[in-house]
Amino acid sequence: MNRFAELLDRLAYEPGRNNKLRLLTGYFREIGDPDRGYALAALTGALSFKHAKPALIRDLIAARTDEVLFGLSYDYVGDLSETVALMWPKAEMAAHNNPPPPTLTEVVTTLRTLGKTELPKQLERWLDELDETGRWALLKLVTGAMRIGISARLAKTAAAALGDKDPHEVELIWPGLSPPYLDLFAWLEGRSEKPVNRDPAPFRPVMLAHAIEDSDFASLDPADYIAEWKWDGIRVQAVAGRDDQGQITARLYSRTGEDITGSFPDLVPSLRLPGAIDGELLILREGRVQSFNVLQQRLNRKIVSPKLIKEFPIHLRAYDLLGDDENDLRELPFAERREHLEIFIRKLDDPRIDLSPTVPFTSWDALTAARADPASAGAGEDADAVEGVMLKRRDAPYLPGRPKGQWWKWKRDPHIIDAVLMYAQRGHGKRSSYYSDYTFGVWTETENGEELVPVGKAYFGFTDEELLQIDRFVRRNTTEKFGPVRHVVHESDKGLVLEVAFEGLQRSPRHKSGVAMRFPRISRLRWDKPPREADRLETLEKMLKADESLPTIKVAASADGH
Amino acid sequence: MTEMRPQDILLPTADGLCCKPGGFHIDPVRPVERAVITHGHSDHARAGHGAVLATQETLDMMRLRYGESFAGSTQIISYGEELRLGDVKVKFHPAGHVLGSAQIAVTCKDTCIVASGDYKDAPDPTCVPFELVPCDVFITEATFGLPVFRHGDAALEVNKLLASVALFPERAHLVGAYSLGKAQRVIALLRKAGYDAPIYLHGAMEKITEYYQSRGIDLGELRPAMGVKKAQLAGTITLAPPSATSDIWARRFPDPVTAFASGWMRVRARARQGGVELPLVISDHADWDGLTATIAATGAGEIWVTHGQEDALVHWCKTKGLRARPLDLVGYGEEEESEPQAEGEAEA
Repeated sequence: MNRFAELLDRLAYEPGRNNKLRLLTGYFREIGDPDRGYALAALTGALSFKHAKPALIRDLIAARTDEVLFGLSYDYVGDLSETVALMWPKAEMAAHNNPPPPTLTEVVTTLRTLGKTELPKQLERWLDELDETGRWALLKLVTGAMRIGISARLAKTAAAALGDKDPHEVELIWPGLSPPYLDLFAWLEGRSEKPVNRDPAPFRPVMLAHAIEDSDFASLDPADYIAEWKWDGIRVQAVAGRDDQGQITARLYSRTGEDITGSFPDLVPSLRLPGAIDGELLILREGRVQSFNVLQQRLNRKIVSPKLIKEFPIHLRAYDLLGDDENDLRELPFAERREHLEIFIRKLDDPRIDLSPTVPFTSWDALTAARADPASAGAGEDADAVEGVMLKRRDAPYLPGRPKGQWWKWKRDPHIIDAVLMYAQRGHGKRSSYYSDYTFGVWTETENGEELVPVGKAYFGFTDEELLQIDRFVRRNTTEKFGPVRHVVHESDKGLVLEVAFEGLQRSPRHKSGVAMRFPRISRLRWDKPPREADRLETLEKMLKADESLPTIKVAASADGH
Repeated sequence: MTEMRPQDILLPTADGLCCKPGGFHIDPVRPVERAVITHGHSDHARAGHGAVLATQETLDMMRLRYGESFAGSTQIISYGEELRLGDVKVKFHPAGHVLGSAQIAVTCKDTCIVASGDYKDAPDPTCVPFELVPCDVFITEATFGLPVFRHGDAALEVNKLLASVALFPERAHLVGAYSLGKAQRVIALLRKAGYDAPIYLHGAMEKITEYYQSRGIDLGELRPAMGVKKAQLAGTITLAPPSATSDIWARRFPDPVTAFASGWMRVRARARQGGVELPLVISDHADWDGLTATIAATGAGEIWVTHGQEDALVHWCKTKGLRARPLDLVGYGEEEESEPQAEGEAEA
């Protein structure tokens, strides 16, 4: 446990992805089974036990320490687990008789079977046995609050590196594996064959798209791509397979691999051909796709009543085929998978499952026109449920994660405004010597006359060269310093204008300007523009009104299937 | 015979701790006629006093920082030496904080007060170990006066640094450390751990480090970081003032791992604030266990607590049946709370 804690501790401070990988791979190499497997499970969120409540941790520390000292310490440290880990006083016991600290395996396997009433005593014993970092990691683990900036994908990539394997291969077999992953490590170390997935209807990690920027098109050839409509529904994977007895098992998964079959029993009878479809879940009424708002009324319901099923008839619009019966199609180019998909859907011949049509185009101009008017470009009456187009490389295999340059989503135009740099703050990690977090504002009329009012903060979008330029500008044009924040000159004829792109606007009473941006980023530096020509708050308010009148605006970002 | 009240012997004033019957101040923050100084850190040892009494090393450090004319006159006192000043006797004892650091025992009639300055009870290869001085009133610092601060073995922290150097041989390791004391201690610990490659120094710590070497402290081969090519700094260790590790200066290093050797590194939020990637818990101050053990061992019935987390330590003393009060002294260790600056840098 102490070694695992040391790893977590180091990872929590390391900002670089490659360095995180090195730390992780180093750990997997150094530590044997089954500890490293449980570590991998902890990092990928694959451990399941009942988490301890903060109140329990508070009770434990209260029994051991002075209340006033705990209060002062907690105020200073600001994190319960950390405060307890640091100030936990060792129990008085004979030095030669100390039990060794628990291993990660002991902790995980004990937690799985421990009754609720036994937990406090057990935790207390472990806290006595571990060092500060060990106690911190233990408390993070048992309270279920790991949050150390490691994605499951990164942990799997580090494991793959142990055997010089492509992380993709690990992703493909992952759904059939379980902690402590003895078979996985045996394969990675060349001691055995690659593990096979025995689940008849397993989830396949999904492939995601990048948002396309105007500047991307220059380097893309229309002939390399197939376009489809981007539907405003939820991304799902519908899998059917035969078990050992030859019976069909059907499951519906969310994009993160959560089994959501129970919420859509009306779709299950339609999944009768063995295969794995990647598609969009929609509500169809009289053959017409309904808006996301309608679909949302069917989501997250505990009880799926016959009435709900009848009023919100579910439909699957298919756009990819990952498996056809026994055959894994994921290594095939998209164009070939598409052919398999078309045959599969025809063979299935089911009213609840249809094919997402492709959008024919020969030039980017033609596609731009289609995207601007989906109704006359083939989407017909469903045009309202189209939120853009998807571009998929003809030759792209199905790669889990968000690989570069394979799939693009091209949504409505992002909003763009010119704003003035007002404050700058140092970045973190590699950027700690640069002023790389920027607060920008637009003009508005106040009782003091024309003033800049902050409307957002951005810390990416610029190139390394542009970062150097802004950093230099900030250092030379600082008017005041407040701790780590520099107040940068912003007058009508002195200052730096930033072109800021963002995805959407929301009203926000928390901001002085009354608006909040989604995903703001610096898209260009406008050295040529004097600050007085930057945009005004009224411009944003107009954009906000336009956004609010759009019927297909989504309430939650999590619904974005791509 | 009426017994002297402790506050008649030493009294906190705006200038610092004042000894009226002895006619001097201890570590005064403003120029005074006669100053008695515990150690060479800039918040304790300031320029412009009439006469200064301190150890040889402390006087030398003041001379290095402020130039020859830092005081009207100086007088050297050694550990264990006792002097009569006015109606009191003063005696210097090692404080184990940095080279030349001292606790000052002030005795008037039957009452002995020990002003310990900054101190630590942990081993340090660069200075004489802390000596426990029995007394009636003990004046203790409280920089790390919260039970969350436990410093552990500094050698293990240095091992952490060396393990990181081994794991990332193509990166430079930049270790932020206060120029006086901490930097030399880290270097000495690296040498003790068997690291014998040249260690690089930021320009701001060259003079004081040379001074340590001139006092017979073996620090191995040291080189200035200035003027060395970026590629040559891969796999090396460089010591720098904490503020420099996040400044333009740091760009000369290849993909640097930023470490910081300080007791503050025990707390994650503190370490993250400074953009530290490799926190090393190495402190020249006593930790909570050290403070409480020392207080108990002095046998003092009354404890005065100064600079740091006074509340917690005063509370602890009271739960142990000791009289205790915070001393309102200003001007010590203030900079530690704000963004560290290259000049006027504080230590911890």
